Amino acid sequence: MSDRIFGLFGLALAIFFAWAAFQIEESFLSDEVGPKAFPLIIATILGLSSLFIALKPDASPEWPSLGRLAEILAAVVAMILYAEFLPIVGFVIATAAAAAYLTWRLGSAPLQSLIIGVCTSVGIYVIFHLVLGLSLARGPLGF
Amino acid sequence: MELLANLGDGFAVALTLQNLGLALLGCFLGTIMGALPGLGPSNGVAILIPLAFTMGLGPTPSLILLTSVYYGAMYGGRISSILLGIPGDEPAMMTVLDGHPMAKKGMAGEALSLSGIASFVGAFFATWGLILLAPQLVKIALLFGPAEYFALFALAFATLGGVSSTNQAKSAFAAMLGLGLATIGVDTQTGVPRFTFGEVHLYDGLDFLVAIVGLFALSEVFIFLEHRHGDADADSKKLTVGRLTPPMSMIKACTPTMLRTSVLGFIAGVLPGAGASLGSFISYSMEKKLVDKKGTFGTGDPRGVAAPEAGNNAAAGGALVPMLALGVPGSGTTAVLLAVLLSLNITPGPLLFTQNPDVVWGLIAALFIANIMLLLLNIPMVGLFTRVLMVPPRILMPIVAMVSFVGIYGISGSTFDLLVMIGFGVMGWVLRKLDVPLVPIILGTLLGNTMENNLRRAITIDNGDWFTLVDSPLSITLWAIAIIGFIMPLIVGRALRSRMHRKGEDEGSISD
Repeated sequence: MSDRIFGLFGLALAIFFAWAAFQIEESFLSDEVGPKAFPLIIATILGLSSLFIALKPDASPEWPSLGRLAEILAAVVAMILYAEFLPIVGFVIATAAAAAYLTWRLGSAPLQSLIIGVCTSVGIYVIFHLVLGLSLARGPLGF
Repeated sequence: MELLANLGDGFAVALTLQNLGLALLGCFLGTIMGALPGLGPSNGVAILIPLAFTMGLGPTPSLILLTSVYYGAMYGGRISSILLGIPGDEPAMMTVLDGHPMAKKGMAGEALSLSGIASFVGAFFATWGLILLAPQLVKIALLFGPAEYFALFALAFATLGGVSSTNQAKSAFAAMLGLGLATIGVDTQTGVPRFTFGEVHLYDGLDFLVAIVGLFALSEVFIFLEHRHGDADADSKKLTVGRLTPPMSMIKACTPTMLRTSVLGFIAGVLPGAGASLGSFISYSMEKKLVDKKGTFGTGDPRGVAAPEAGNNAAAGGALVPMLALGVPGSGTTAVLLAVLLSLNITPGPLLFTQNPDVVWGLIAALFIANIMLLLLNIPMVGLFTRVLMVPPRILMPIVAMVSFVGIYGISGSTFDLLVMIGFGVMGWVLRKLDVPLVPIILGTLLGNTMENNLRRAITIDNGDWFTLVDSPLSITLWAIAIIGFIMPLIVGRALRSRMHRKGEDEGSISD
């Protein structure tokens, strides 16, 4: 069943891709092939393979339970928040928070998580910024 | 003679203090990454690429660092296979079969050192194979015009899914997805924007490093979150290693095995799409057929440990041949290494050998050096690496995620790229659940632009005649191989694959 949905999704993607390829404005100075041909070839093969997937599906994978799925979704949200807040609060604080969250969700005890998060963050900061000289996001506190 | 002179120059490049230091660092990190279940050579190399860039390393030093990681990971995979019975990475799958029983018999130390020696033998011969074979392949590649290159790329995609994927339609899907992603951005030939939907960040195209790190490293984090309870948590049971030198008689008994499987593994590595996992698999199967008269394979036979290890390390070296000589990688990790070269503005392929001989030969010399370092690191200091295995995934995985973020942010400094990376991470997780191989996606994003340019060049040269793609014997041959390579697995691959998959019931398909 998963594969049928996946195949239909792929087919939709291929159609969308082909439609978008037709929208490309051609410049008047174009080569023989032009910018549309290659994307259209891709869209065709993409569509065909999706069709095969939908018509001859494999056995469904074992999807995680709703709880686990929410877990992953929450991690994605945490990562997005991390990306957004990184330039605002600075590397060390953002990373400590994100690492603490992830290790907590992976099974560390709450207090332990905080410690692991801070250690991860400071450790990366020391190795990558102080030793290797990588430029990391600087927050209002200067780190 | 010319060859030895080149190799001499290469050693002159590689034997600087900085390069030796990088090789050592790479070997060390690589072994750790190989040993940790969940981190394999491709995601190991992927998360280190940004590091190499931001440290401002030149092409040769970066390559030395990253190929050392690659070789190191091939060594490291065996450690957890033997001690824990969990393969540290996919190529080490077969080592579990005899390695873990040996460890249970109290011969963990012997198994580790023997497999270290086997790894050394495999990698050593493969590096020589690389030196001898790559220049010959370059001679052929110099005959290639744009049409032949286009056919060659098609061949790479057609065969890539071949052995490792379970479903050809899915690997075709993956390849097209990658190629499609590569077309995003301003068209290089006419300057019109494609698939950007007005988003300025997309005009430059998607950075393939972002895609690689997202697909390989972040998706691994999601897989761990899904299974959380961490069945891969290193059990608290004490790992006893025991004596660290195999008896001479054991080495002697295994020598013919190591030599045979080195050759076999190398060939498997050179073939497009096969890679190290197949190398170790066919090595083990062949030896089992050939020498296992008493049925001791699978119960802790030393030869069953030596065979896959020599095989996968030889395949790792073999996989570098098409990557360097043709610019078409045959496996996941070499695709990632190709990304490094492209980002450094070096075009791999036949011209690499004439235009940047220092890069090629410096790299080859570094492989020899790294291999010796690895042997030295892996036998006496194996205890150190076994301790690393005690780090539980709940601590390790956040570190992997954070290092991925740091690396990508270090390159571009943009939040947009981080968001794209998260997107790729989620996509990678879903695709792995659906058993869609990730390597063709990476290869597609990497090669998409070159492939299209070759197509358009070929047709423009011939005034718009599409049949130019199939009008030389060379390109017809390549197309024929591509078609056979795509169809063959449908017929014969099924049996092989099901056997491979039964042995290593593992989620997702990041092949080496």
